[in-house]
Amino acid sequence: MSVETTAPDVTEEVVPLKAKDFKGKVDPDWCVGCGDFGVLSCLQKACVELGYRPHEMLIISGIGCSSNFPGFFNAYGMHTLHGRALAVATGAQMANHELNVIVTGGDGDGYGIGGNHFTHTTRRNVDLTYIVMDNQIYGLTTGQISPTSREDMKTKSTPFGSVEAPVNPITAAIMNGATFVARGFSGDAKHLTQLLQQGIQHKGFSLIDIFSPCVTFNKDNDYPFFKQRVKKLEDEGHDTTDWKDACEKAMVWGDTIYTGLFFQKDGIPSLDQREPVLDEGGPLAHRSLGINQNQAQKIIKRMM
Amino acid sequence: MSSGKFDISIAIGGAAGQGIATPGNILARMFIRRGLHFNAYNAFQSIIRGGHIFLTIRASDQKIYNHGDKLDLLVCLNQDTMNRHLGLMGPGTRVIFNSDTIEPGEAGEGAQCCPLPIKELTDNNRNKLVQNTVALGALTYLLGTNFEVLGDMLTLQFQRKGQDVVDENLGVGRAGFDYAAAHFEAFPEPIPTGPKPLAVWTGNEALAMGGAAAGVKFYCAYPMSPSTGVLHWMANNARELGIMVRQVEDEIGVANMAIGAAHVGCRSMCATSGGGFALMTEAIGMAGMMETPVVFINVQRAGPSTGVPTKTEQGDLWQILGASQGDFERFIVAPQNALDAFNTLPELFNLADKFQCPGIVISDLLISEGTFSVDPDDLDMQPDIDRGEVITEPNTEVSDIPSASQERNGHDPGLIGAPSNGYMRYKHTESGISPRALPGLPGYVHVVASDEQDEDGVLISDEFTNPHKRRKMVEKRARKFKNALAQIAPPLLEGPEDAEVTLIGWGSTYGVIKEAIEQLKQKGISANHLPIKWIVPLHVEAVTDIVSRAGRTIIVENNYSGQFFRYLRSETGLAIDGHIRKYDGEPFMPHHIVDGVMEQLDGKTDLYVPIQEIMV
Repeated sequence: MSVETTAPDVTEEVVPLKAKDFKGKVDPDWCVGCGDFGVLSCLQKACVELGYRPHEMLIISGIGCSSNFPGFFNAYGMHTLHGRALAVATGAQMANHELNVIVTGGDGDGYGIGGNHFTHTTRRNVDLTYIVMDNQIYGLTTGQISPTSREDMKTKSTPFGSVEAPVNPITAAIMNGATFVARGFSGDAKHLTQLLQQGIQHKGFSLIDIFSPCVTFNKDNDYPFFKQRVKKLEDEGHDTTDWKDACEKAMVWGDTIYTGLFFQKDGIPSLDQREPVLDEGGPLAHRSLGINQNQAQKIIKRMM
Repeated sequence: MSSGKFDISIAIGGAAGQGIATPGNILARMFIRRGLHFNAYNAFQSIIRGGHIFLTIRASDQKIYNHGDKLDLLVCLNQDTMNRHLGLMGPGTRVIFNSDTIEPGEAGEGAQCCPLPIKELTDNNRNKLVQNTVALGALTYLLGTNFEVLGDMLTLQFQRKGQDVVDENLGVGRAGFDYAAAHFEAFPEPIPTGPKPLAVWTGNEALAMGGAAAGVKFYCAYPMSPSTGVLHWMANNARELGIMVRQVEDEIGVANMAIGAAHVGCRSMCATSGGGFALMTEAIGMAGMMETPVVFINVQRAGPSTGVPTKTEQGDLWQILGASQGDFERFIVAPQNALDAFNTLPELFNLADKFQCPGIVISDLLISEGTFSVDPDDLDMQPDIDRGEVITEPNTEVSDIPSASQERNGHDPGLIGAPSNGYMRYKHTESGISPRALPGLPGYVHVVASDEQDEDGVLISDEFTNPHKRRKMVEKRARKFKNALAQIAPPLLEGPEDAEVTLIGWGSTYGVIKEAIEQLKQKGISANHLPIKWIVPLHVEAVTDIVSRAGRTIIVENNYSGQFFRYLRSETGLAIDGHIRKYDGEPFMPHHIVDGVMEQLDGKTDLYVPIQEIMV
């Protein structure tokens, strides 16, 4: 059986969409002031700018406050298991490489429990955009350290201060072979929208790690903390093709913290482009099933 | 060899790295091309070099269902094999060995020792693997056939390595044949020829082929014995058949990736063994909650934990029954042999699609890594494919875009938000089956979740946990499964209705129980067989009906604690009279079951655990 997606209603195609057309069935249940609101509205704006239609998009998340994202966005969505969004997304992207796949989640979901998939999805250069709302805390479980929490941070699970060093998602992604690595700040909507657009348009794996403050449980890394420190790489004349410089700038964490596009490498084929099975015939999900006579005979001949 | 039919068992023993696979393959091809049925079981260990490997190949002109009870011909590639197994060789048997390196022990009465002076026969060839070809030459003579039969196979096997290698093997093979002709006595009954050539496959290949025939377009795995053969077949055939094959970072990733591919519309499958299956279980529950059709295969090895990776067991039943938290609908099926595995996959995919739920296949090392003959005419390569209630056409009634949709329906366009009057992925239908729209289709935009959700996909897990809605969703998913039992075949009693003994088995014990019943008949004991293949849902009424009319009931299973017995009792409340269990890593042989039945009929025990005679 084959599943054909014929051309959609013409009248809809010509109507330019507004950001509110990407609003989901329910309003976000995030705390007032949560950084994730900014990410949601920036992604909606980016999709308008890109001329996307809801049915062309598949937004996949794991578990956590920020992973509730697909329910608040009008597009096909999958709200999967904690840490597993990238694995599910890889399967979905391979099965229908014409979908625009966006993965959303938090720092614990992506860099902690999902760390293994983060590493391997990155190196495979799967054509998807990975948006991490990084608040340096576990929010949904009411405030414990996350993989990006700074040393000495006091949380419910580290009442005397954390003794662990944090992961650096930017350098990790570059080292693992990511082809687009950026950092945004949910307090700078214009800049973030621009980064999201760039990331979505990038063919291959793109990581956009976003400072998205948790106003309820993280008193260390709040809006003022980031506002006083963030400096756009675009204003520094940063060379986005220089991975060493990108890593050095990503390691800067003090009075200055860089945001913007750290590293981009074009011309690296994404996994779907490398996969010969996808060379022709369209998305796998739309192909007719089973084995034809000729293929069957070949298989049986080899068995004899 | 037994009387009446041709039935021979050949064993080749040695260390890993001594090249047992090649003569094994050559013999397999020799038998199937002559149209003989065969069943090969390889006892091995988790090492690449060393240890003890013991390949048993049984061939017959009749259908055979297991690797048998006895050995007729033993090929020893090292002293260890000789020491371990010579004592098992009885009257009429032959033992082939390299007399330059192996000391024969005390052969039993009537066993014929066939020493081969390998150095002399191979002109001091330094390639140690040539001894295998010499042995094959001698073996061919003992089987009572001409050398050309082996010659053709050697050419086929070695042609990829060049004419020199072919010639070398033909030369030493011929030397072995001629030496045997001059010094040894062939078996009295020469190897026959069947009506038509057969084909050869392993159980893992059968599982993979079944998936391909069912329309699998996405296969992913993490290598794990004894399931890796499925990955290898898929990888080898991926490009020809247009199947995407991915090796993933771990089994958690495997299961989730398979679900991602299934959700957007591919028939999607993955295989693993118990440890990997443990990692997959959270995702299996997600497929249940999201109502995603996807197939998981667990090829059991001996457990617990890493267990014995190269040995067989039926020890994962409760792990599979308990895979993932909560109540959810799924099929669990235990195929009985390779052909049954092949046929089960398309059936399971149709059921998973129809009922929108995961399907789990329980195989084990015995089926999956066994090598078997199969009649190509028995292979239905183009089975029926039924994808159930899948929406494939765009929706022209309702738009995905709130403003367009609401204007069209006369609502205030100021009230933004995705249309709630549109498509509902989990609609409360009478059947409980909600038509499934695939992502990418205009007019059906929706979100699915691992969280509990309402008909329209909106979560009812966090902010608004509504007990009435939750109950309705649980009941919707359960309702769809009420019709599932009617879609699968009930277990049937094989053999005489009024038999003295009813042997109950599940999965891979099918073949060995079948033969044990024949042997019992020869001893004057009437037994029948209740093989149970579909574990969930279980045909409780049919099983209860059969068991309550049975004589003495004995459950046969390859584990310590009677996992299937405990499951059957929990589902049916039935009392079972006795048990035959084996948990040493090796599969049952028919006489193990016969002995167990005899002891139980004699009232000696109600739990019989056979002793494994062949030490491997």
